[in-house]
Amino acid sequence: MSYLELLKLASPEAVVVVTALVVLTVGLAKSNSATICSVLAATGLAIAAGAVLMLPAHANLFGGMLIISPLNSLFKMICLGLAFVTVPLMPSEKSLRNPGEYLAMLLLATVGLLLLVGSEELLMIFIGLELLGLSLYVMAAFDKTDVRSAEAGLKYFLFGSTASAFTLFGISLVYGMSGSTALASVAQKLSSGSVPPVLAAGIVMTLIGFAFKIAAAPFHLWAPDAYQGAPIPSAAFIASGSKVASFVVLGKIVLVGFGPLVGSSAWHAMMAGWSPVLAALSALSILLGNFVALAQTNVRRLLAYSAVAHGGYTLVGIVAGGREGFSATLFYTTIYAITLVGAFAVVGMVKSETGGDDLQNFAGLGSRSPLAAACMSIFMLSLAGLPPLAGFFGKFYLFSVAFQAGGNHGLLWLVIVALFGSFVSLYYYLIVLRAIFVDKESVPDTRHTSHFVATATMAVLAAAVLLLGVMPQALVARVIASLP
Amino acid sequence: MIAWTIYLTFAGAVVLLFLPRPFAKWIALATTIAGFAISLAIFFRPDVDLVHFTTIVRIPWIPALGMNYQLALDGISLTLILVTGLAAISAVLFSWDVNERANEFFFWLLLVVGGSYGVFLSADLFLLFLFYELVIVPKYFLIAIFGSTNKEYGAMKLTLYSFFGGALVFLGIIAIYVSGGSFDLNQLSQFQFSPQLQGWVFPVLFLGFAVLAGIWPLHTWAPTGHVAAPTAGSMLLAGIVMKLGAYAALRVAMNLLPQGFQTWRNSFAVFAVIGIVYAAAVALRQQDLKFVIGYSSVSHMGFVLLGLATANVFGVSGAVLQMFSHGVIGALLFAVAGTMIYRRTHTRDLDALAAMNLRRALPFAAFTFVVASAASMGIPGFSGFAAEITILIGAWKTYPLAVWIVGAGMVLVAAFTLRALKRSFFDVDSASANAEPPQLEPITISEKIGAGLLMFATLAVGLYPRILLDRIQPAVEALRFFK
Repeated sequence: MSYLELLKLASPEAVVVVTALVVLTVGLAKSNSATICSVLAATGLAIAAGAVLMLPAHANLFGGMLIISPLNSLFKMICLGLAFVTVPLMPSEKSLRNPGEYLAMLLLATVGLLLLVGSEELLMIFIGLELLGLSLYVMAAFDKTDVRSAEAGLKYFLFGSTASAFTLFGISLVYGMSGSTALASVAQKLSSGSVPPVLAAGIVMTLIGFAFKIAAAPFHLWAPDAYQGAPIPSAAFIASGSKVASFVVLGKIVLVGFGPLVGSSAWHAMMAGWSPVLAALSALSILLGNFVALAQTNVRRLLAYSAVAHGGYTLVGIVAGGREGFSATLFYTTIYAITLVGAFAVVGMVKSETGGDDLQNFAGLGSRSPLAAACMSIFMLSLAGLPPLAGFFGKFYLFSVAFQAGGNHGLLWLVIVALFGSFVSLYYYLIVLRAIFVDKESVPDTRHTSHFVATATMAVLAAAVLLLGVMPQALVARVIASLP
Repeated sequence: MIAWTIYLTFAGAVVLLFLPRPFAKWIALATTIAGFAISLAIFFRPDVDLVHFTTIVRIPWIPALGMNYQLALDGISLTLILVTGLAAISAVLFSWDVNERANEFFFWLLLVVGGSYGVFLSADLFLLFLFYELVIVPKYFLIAIFGSTNKEYGAMKLTLYSFFGGALVFLGIIAIYVSGGSFDLNQLSQFQFSPQLQGWVFPVLFLGFAVLAGIWPLHTWAPTGHVAAPTAGSMLLAGIVMKLGAYAALRVAMNLLPQGFQTWRNSFAVFAVIGIVYAAAVALRQQDLKFVIGYSSVSHMGFVLLGLATANVFGVSGAVLQMFSHGVIGALLFAVAGTMIYRRTHTRDLDALAAMNLRRALPFAAFTFVVASAASMGIPGFSGFAAEITILIGAWKTYPLAVWIVGAGMVLVAAFTLRALKRSFFDVDSASANAEPPQLEPITISEKIGAGLLMFATLAVGLYPRILLDRIQPAVEALRFFK
């Protein structure tokens, strides 16, 4: 294989890396370069998306290190799209100095996403995780004027590096038991069916790393501070792009790599394997996330705990397993990411207008800025799972798949937990909407004009959530078609 | 053509959001009148098949999971669409004085109406559930923004109860979909679900829907919600929203899972009877006029549930007729209490009202309240009588004991209604009998039209119930569990 051919197949990643370097250079050379750097970054991401479209339908390099398949290409597009809509959120953070460096970090994190999504080999996945993680640590701590941002970065870093260590150790155990790092051959080697204790430890440790990435309880402790303290675009990206890619990879690892070791999480018939671990994580996340979110007064913290809960819902699909389960997970995590970037766009707008992001800062948003209020209600109600928004269909798909899975509706208990959690969650989403529409304005209106591009992004995302709710077919059919 | 009730209502909701404030109420009025006119036109057309649940629209929607955009119509749904239109028009007329944030108000109001049309017309289970859940949030905003007494609490309670019911329904629908492999209600009604599945899915589904119909002991959202809501909100709640639950319980739970229904119907009949008597007894002790009416709604909806539980043609037809009747009467009662009295006197406390000599200050309101009370008590000649007698005939065949208990309960209904009537308008014994009536704003034209419309409806159906029963009964007979 020539380098030229390799470059062709890795062109999306290459384009994003080059863009990152260009943006970095421009940011260094030119002071006050926010606008031009944003435009450059957005252009680079668009070109990369074009490059994804040019890729062949199937290719497999170096034993799974770089795999091109319809699924991977689809999620490369989605990750690039999420990065693309994160870029316009930057102006809402007035205090961010060095926008060039910031955007370069964002782009490098995007490369991490692309590597994660595009690989089916454990080492490469680990490298992608680390590239993503290191970039995100920097992005979380980027606001040097805010002590909260430093706290966010530090917590994220400490938890993240510990989790990485676990993952790496887990991978090494899996490698020791199977003699391979490519998911397909791992699956072959492990197909004997029984789970020796060392392998069980390896599986659990590998999963811990991902549980951290998707903020599943009890590995969620970094999330509230990171969501609250990090600059808005960083938080949005941590909540969206990073999560989508992690779910794609997690699904591949457990469904492809550990496929033969599924075990059972059905009630009373728990059997060793990855499935009971994920089922427990899922149920715990749903309950803990939703109940703790009830008590929050800061919207970003509230979103963080709700993210824990949504991580739990999304895991339900993976626990259910199979093609259907995976496609439900992928659909749900995608619409969740879109919704959350939008919600952070609104939070960013409120923060730049009122100087804070507590519930009381949202008071009177309905009369102050009807568009933002309408968008926020679309995002919140979609998260709560109300029609005709994307979250409603997403939950329906997930839960019906879980109900179907296993013999004799063994996952019914998990469906009931998830439905109960979703019932609890409506309360706190309504609290946000009550602040927006019912409460009278208590914060003096400082009247910053909000940035046009950020507003437009927010509106586009809200429209997307609404459209995917009315016509989920547009995404579902693609996801299903891309799964082998 | 009937599908246009849905489209027009949603279109009206969106349009009025972008028009200047003075247009809002006119658009809302035009939209609701159009919806009602369409349903009336269908009602009087002889060539429409109202016996079977006839599909009128079917478009593939999410083929990957087998969902269709499918609407259908029969006599049961048409009856409920009629009452939706009636309640919607009068709710708009009784909101004529809403000026603050009027666009928003009528937007939420039309969403409730449009979603309800959608539920009554859906022939696809997923679509039905979508419309059903769509109604939840507009109710929250209608009450939390525009309501009165304890509005945020009442709104949240009502919303959470609805959503709790929704979660049960969600589970039931998933179970039906996974086992039946389809969302098409007509197709599913041919499908034999396993008895074991029916045994647990039916109560989950029925209870989930019945929360919205105010089944005892999950009824407590109704009085608080009604009291907190603005007049139009209570009118829609009593007139339409409570019917969504009862209708869906009939159309989905009972029609798809007949064996589960047979197993559980006795328990639900007990719940219904307790609800009728208990709510009437509680209403007797209330000081707030709206609480009296709120509990009376629970009591009247108990009749609907009892009628459904009888599982014979009389009982079920009577239940559907009672849904219509209570929709009209409940809306009328709340209109009197909320707009005619409360907006003028700023109190709903029965003692305070007794001291006001309202009979002379607001003679039209007194007249309306007398008519509404008579209808509510079940005086012959009003729709309430026709409906309740049909239900009781049905119940006599299956639950003779229940008829005796409910008969005693009806005395309580008469007692609390007469008490409320006397205290609010006719308290001649009090010292204020000869006092000068307070100077109150006279009843407006729009209020008179709205009240007149509802009074006409209850009288017309009361005097000639067959106009509805002739369309309801064949449709009920065509349901699965009568075959």
